[in-house]
Amino acid sequence: MIVLELKGISFQTPERREILNEVGLRLEKGKFIVVTGPNGGGKTTLAKLISGIEKPSGGRIVFDGRDITDMDITQRARLGICYAFQQPVRFKGLTVRDILELAAGRFLREEELCGYLMEVGLCAQDYMGREIDASLSGGEIKRIEIATALAREAKLTIFDEPEAGIDLWSFNSLIGVFQALRKKGKSVMVISHQERILAIADEIVVLADGKVVRHGPKAEVFPTLLGEQKQSFCPRQEERI
Amino acid sequence: MNRITQKLLGLVSGLSGRPGGAYNIREDSRCAGRQNSEHIRIEQKTDKPGIDIIVRAGTRGETVYIPACITHSAVDDLVYNDFYIAEGADVTVVAGCGVHTEGEADSRHNGIHRFFIGKDAHVRYLEKHIGTGGGTGKRIIDPQTVCEIAEGGLLEMDTAQIRGVDSTKRVTRARLERAARLVIREKIMTYGCQSAVTDFEVELNGTGSGTDLVSRSVARGESKQLFRSRIYGNAACSGHSECDAIIMDGAEVSAIPELTARHVDAALIHEAAIGKIAGEQIVKLMTLGLTEEQAEAKIIDGFLK
Repeated sequence: MIVLELKGISFQTPERREILNEVGLRLEKGKFIVVTGPNGGGKTTLAKLISGIEKPSGGRIVFDGRDITDMDITQRARLGICYAFQQPVRFKGLTVRDILELAAGRFLREEELCGYLMEVGLCAQDYMGREIDASLSGGEIKRIEIATALAREAKLTIFDEPEAGIDLWSFNSLIGVFQALRKKGKSVMVISHQERILAIADEIVVLADGKVVRHGPKAEVFPTLLGEQKQSFCPRQEERI
Repeated sequence: MNRITQKLLGLVSGLSGRPGGAYNIREDSRCAGRQNSEHIRIEQKTDKPGIDIIVRAGTRGETVYIPACITHSAVDDLVYNDFYIAEGADVTVVAGCGVHTEGEADSRHNGIHRFFIGKDAHVRYLEKHIGTGGGTGKRIIDPQTVCEIAEGGLLEMDTAQIRGVDSTKRVTRARLERAARLVIREKIMTYGCQSAVTDFEVELNGTGSGTDLVSRSVARGESKQLFRSRIYGNAACSGHSECDAIIMDGAEVSAIPELTARHVDAALIHEAAIGKIAGEQIVKLMTLGLTEEQAEAKIIDGFLK
């Protein structure tokens, strides 16, 4: 069963710079998909188009059998799309408990809060009353962003470079988070360059220059990937080696 | 106590009836109830309207309520309340003022409070201001607070004005002796054509004295806010003031900090930030399923919490 289908999705900036060019993609329900590719290839734009933050200049988006192209962010969120930002937003006054409860859409008992925060390696006692403001480190706020995504219990969760800014210890627990989501049968899309995240994917999508240049099972795509990515970052790198 | 007073008391003091312990309830410039406790005595002033609140040395953990309510238009209330907090006492003062108007005439409450805080005494002062009623008469609250804090004393003021007050001018003056501290947390929201002026002036006179003044505000509609803080560092001391405002619609917010150091070890800091709600904050909450309006309300609630 298909959870998300992108049909000929294009996106141009207001300055008419083309970011995505007729991207077509079908994601199967319950699969763990990793989208990778060079910086500037359109990965974050793709996530923003799926969650409704940006509107495509062409094409249609179908989620769970419904055309959501004309729906706003709120409507898409309520249908079950969750987007964990690459750079989490800080709020003066809102606490970790507040944001987790907003994500869950209900009051959370302490043991429930504890459950979500434990998964990202944070102690609920220390953090639930903390404000999500500048007092949190980059790693802490990133973990809270991931816990917030978990609290959504969404049909499709998109993580945008979840490894960015987190330390090695958190990275290990992050892999655990993704493995737990897979076990639960959740549909997950992760934007990442990390080899260890690519290694646990069901499927890998390579996005470069606004196009899907490869999409297939990990076993097929992964072995070819490293050379291509190197080339994309620095075409002369192999010559030098 | 009339019905409006009872409602206002709930809003400004969280009271549902008369409290236990010491209290003085002021209703339309008259006393609507008073009680002393074993350690806290409340006496009527004889030379001018108001009361003296006298807290005995060593009093621990007691709360004294002194709310003031105005329940109709055309009241001009002026009151002088003096607090004498003896050495080592640790008390909470719940003040607060509610002004209700139904008619065309303005109503005003002007509370002049003086705190004399003794050596090593600790006072938590909670003050909430609110305006209610559908009258066109303006609801005006102009509090003045003057504090003298002796060695090792601590005053924590937590003040909030969230709705319904058309005009306010809040003046706070403080003089701190050795190792004394003053902590102020102020929250203000204005809308429509309301105006709010905050004017802090703190003299840090004693070695090791310190103050932390933080104001968070939201200005909506065509309202105007002015935040002015002056800290004088006259000794080895530390002073910090912060004005953090969200501006919306056609509002106006001014922040005027003034720091004067008269000692080489006076460490004084001011921070001021005025800006609209960040678009990314609204977008983030919308991705959690809130509408744009719900997201905006949540951000403001959190900011002023």
